[in-house]
Amino acid sequence: MSLLWPVFKREFKSYFATPLAFVFIVIFLFAMGAFTFYLGHFYDNGVADLSVFFGYHPWLYLFLVPALAMRLWAEERRSGTMELLLTLPIPLWATVLGKFLAAWAFAGLALILTFPIWITVNYLGSPDNGVILASYIGSFLMAGAYLSIGACVSSATSNQVIAFIISVVACFLFTISGAPLVLDAFRSWAPLPLVEAVSSFSFLMHFSAITSGVIDLRDVIFFFSLIGLFLYANMLIVDLRKSG
Amino acid sequence: MIEIQNLTKRFGPVAAVSDLSLTIRPGEVLGFLGPNGAGKSTTMKMATGYLAPDQGTVRICGHDIVSDTIAAQQRLGYLPEGAPAYGEMTPREFLHFIAGVRNLKGAAARTATERAIAGAELKAVLDQPIETLSKGFRRRVGLAQAILHDPEVLVLDEPTDGLDPNQKHAVRGLIRGMAKDKTIVISTHLLEEVEAICTRAVIIDQGRIVADATPAELAARSANGRLDEVFRQLTTRDTAMTGAAA
Repeated sequence: MSLLWPVFKREFKSYFATPLAFVFIVIFLFAMGAFTFYLGHFYDNGVADLSVFFGYHPWLYLFLVPALAMRLWAEERRSGTMELLLTLPIPLWATVLGKFLAAWAFAGLALILTFPIWITVNYLGSPDNGVILASYIGSFLMAGAYLSIGACVSSATSNQVIAFIISVVACFLFTISGAPLVLDAFRSWAPLPLVEAVSSFSFLMHFSAITSGVIDLRDVIFFFSLIGLFLYANMLIVDLRKSG
Repeated sequence: MIEIQNLTKRFGPVAAVSDLSLTIRPGEVLGFLGPNGAGKSTTMKMATGYLAPDQGTVRICGHDIVSDTIAAQQRLGYLPEGAPAYGEMTPREFLHFIAGVRNLKGAAARTATERAIAGAELKAVLDQPIETLSKGFRRRVGLAQAILHDPEVLVLDEPTDGLDPNQKHAVRGLIRGMAKDKTIVISTHLLEEVEAICTRAVIIDQGRIVADATPAELAARSANGRLDEVFRQLTTRDTAMTGAAA
């Protein structure tokens, strides 16, 4: 466990070593604001809650989170540091988890920096802060799930652009798996339980359940098991590629 | 102590390393020689746990690199080919990270880091990002990383590549100074380096050992007593054969 910390710390700091952290946070906050106020007509709605704001999170994460995750492993491969990292006496699970947690913590930081909108809505009216807190937690969990997909894809390639594009597509499928676009493709041939299973993978469904203000244990378990699954796949891919 | 037994690695139809066995004992400095593509780096990658062998075993101080990876890697210092390091970090931060990963804390970490910095002569560039350093300094950062925890076994892939003659001399001095109680393997293209610091020279070609002796014994095999002559004889014959077959 003690070896997870140096891996985490190095990875987290590396975001700030380049303008990446700054660019990411600025664009994240700007896009959040633009979506909420212009596309979402935050003021015109005349309701003091943040449902509009949180409603755009899945769509923003769809592009921004893969951008955060694409470098996690692809860059190590490209620069050759993968060989250094894998010959240091760190258990593979600690490397995988440490990297993931660093990216997740960074995403969490960006999310926390959206606090002015929470202040705004509290200034304008009296929103249900319990719902807002639940939504923030849900959003953070969902970001983790997107990140685990991105990390897993990144471990399979040394090309960050490929990692980004494949992650976006994979994340998109998970986001909308409850929508007709995906379900119709299954409905024609698959048995009903499978169709229902596919639709239950929908991030949108689990996220909107949480943003309604109820943190249902099932939704939390969904996101955590998805993270666990993809990080496990991440480990297997790294291990598999050792065999050349 | 490094025990390599029947090590084999194929990349597609090409056998990069085939049935290679080699035991290196403490106190030995083994020079690993061979033309480009002979399988030197592949052997080192397998010995350090980066690549999984197709067949055969590697044991580092008795610990199997595949089944007991962490214990083996704890006893190992490794300078990979090209001395990779995190470019955005300074040598100080990088060595601090390595010390953390090597489970060194507080005073022990400080002593170890200072010793590695002194050994690799890094004082002048401690706070410059590694990506801005010259090739020679980068190589020395990699070397400092490998010796930081004072390991029993050192595997160095081309430790003096890109260094100027003075730096080469210094690094050879460093390796010679550590040789007494450690098991050291270095790969190199420089035959004079083998004569300068190695107690044993192993030449491999197409993944097989073609010579294993002291540098002096090897040199004595040629008419003019030069190591490069022997190297050419042993490694071009196979190349010529491959050429004929193709």
